[in-house]
Amino acid sequence: MNFIKSRIVILLVLVSFSSIASAGIFRTKNGKSATQDTTSFVSPYAEDNDRCFKCHGQPKYEYTNVNLGKQVKALMCSERIVRKDEYYRSNHKSFSCTDCHSSEYETFPHSGELRMEQKLTCLDCHGGDETYAQYHFEAVDSAYQQSTHFKLEEDGFSCWKCHDPHTYKISVRNKNNLRETIAYDNAICLNCHSDFNRYQLLSDKEEINIITKHEWLPNQATHFANVRCIECHTAINNKIPVSHLIKPKVEAVKLCNECHSQNSLLMASLYKFESRAQRRDGFFNGIILNESYVIGANRNEYLNLLSLLIFGGVIGVIIIHIFFRIRKNQKTN
Amino acid sequence: MYLYPKWLRAWHVLNAVLFIILIVTGLSMQYTDKQNYAIVVKFAAAVKWHNAAAVLLTINYIIYVVGNTFTRNGRYYKIERKGLVSELVTQMKYYAWGMFRGEKHPFPVTEERKFNPLQKFSYVLAMYVALPLVIISGLGLLFPEITVDRFFGVSGLIYTDILHITMGFFLSVFMVIHIYTCTLGAKPTSLFWGMISGYHRDEH
Repeated sequence: MNFIKSRIVILLVLVSFSSIASAGIFRTKNGKSATQDTTSFVSPYAEDNDRCFKCHGQPKYEYTNVNLGKQVKALMCSERIVRKDEYYRSNHKSFSCTDCHSSEYETFPHSGELRMEQKLTCLDCHGGDETYAQYHFEAVDSAYQQSTHFKLEEDGFSCWKCHDPHTYKISVRNKNNLRETIAYDNAICLNCHSDFNRYQLLSDKEEINIITKHEWLPNQATHFANVRCIECHTAINNKIPVSHLIKPKVEAVKLCNECHSQNSLLMASLYKFESRAQRRDGFFNGIILNESYVIGANRNEYLNLLSLLIFGGVIGVIIIHIFFRIRKNQKTN
Repeated sequence: MYLYPKWLRAWHVLNAVLFIILIVTGLSMQYTDKQNYAIVVKFAAAVKWHNAAAVLLTINYIIYVVGNTFTRNGRYYKIERKGLVSELVTQMKYYAWGMFRGEKHPFPVTEERKFNPLQKFSYVLAMYVALPLVIISGLGLLFPEITVDRFFGVSGLIYTDILHITMGFFLSVFMVIHIYTCTLGAKPTSLFWGMISGYHRDEH
């Protein structure tokens, strides 16, 4: 019996330990509680931010309203939900919530007036900043102002519609997995263009069916998995890392040759970072080490030269052979 | 002598036409230009024609293999290792200078020996090595999802493509040499007529 008892005790200890672990709460050496994060990054403001995430990090929230003297349970508006794990993977992960939002949010419940808070734009922080000079935010802004999205600005379009500051991360320079970059960047577009509810917030146009609109495109699925929407739908601007000049749909690239050729359009966009250095040698035109293969663009200079030499040699031998045949015929006659 | 049965002539004509379409469209795709300029065929049309011709060529190739398996035509492609090199050298010497000195053909065409050793060797390489490789690699490009994703850090599609265009190139070179050697009959046109009528006219 003692054996069974001791087994039950061990089991209970294990179950309670695993439930503590799954709750994600551990005590650190200095006694502070720290949330177990899947990412290695630990924000200096983690504790402050956790007060916000307590409500804004989930779809439902609950608090005691001291004025009303009762417990309030409600659903969080989807626009105001910020996923903590995504936030701590984003480019803005080292910020405190109140760096960008009013410090008055620290009082609880929040005052209604705070809803009218002026939202920052990218340039409010990044404009004229030497640290970010290489990203040319001003050029990005002026390209955006010529883009077809800009005409919807008054209806609420802004940088944030595509680049949510709570989750946005620069992925194009992630050379490890080009497909991941493509999927991430395309998801930004599809977030509205394949979700009718979101699309309707800014447009009164009819529902767009991406699949039928692109029926003309051969091997549609392969194209969607291997290139970004912006490859065909933006005007290339070499000054900025990623083109922001979204063109009206009638101006989208429709000629296969634009990408399926040497000095392809893709070299100026998707393969820009990988190909620059490698292209100098002309070896495989810079994209041999990439994951993607594009008919007409993947040309090997050495094989081209070798094939010309072999073909020229064959034709040369044939011409010599013909010459001797003619001479023999003349002699015979 | 009657050497080329009807099925073989039909296969040969279709194979030749498809080969030409595939070479022209293949070159058009490979060397397409950004300024909407294309070598003979524009890119989109080239892709369509290349794919259609490739599917037909694959079916035609199966007919060829089946035909050679079940008819006596297959025996002409059997290479004997014994004496192979010396026979190849003899035939090459004949093409290089023997024929200009009025020497007799070292391996005259008979019903038992349709091809000379050099012909046989190059036909076997083209039809049983290069063509299967071009078909298999072509299928890999037509259905990228079946191709090896990555190999030694490089996309499997790039290896597949290099194999495809290299084999395609060698088959194109083969075709040029093949057409030229077909002018070496009794008269420059007699071997071409032979492939139409089915009858071979002896050179001597």
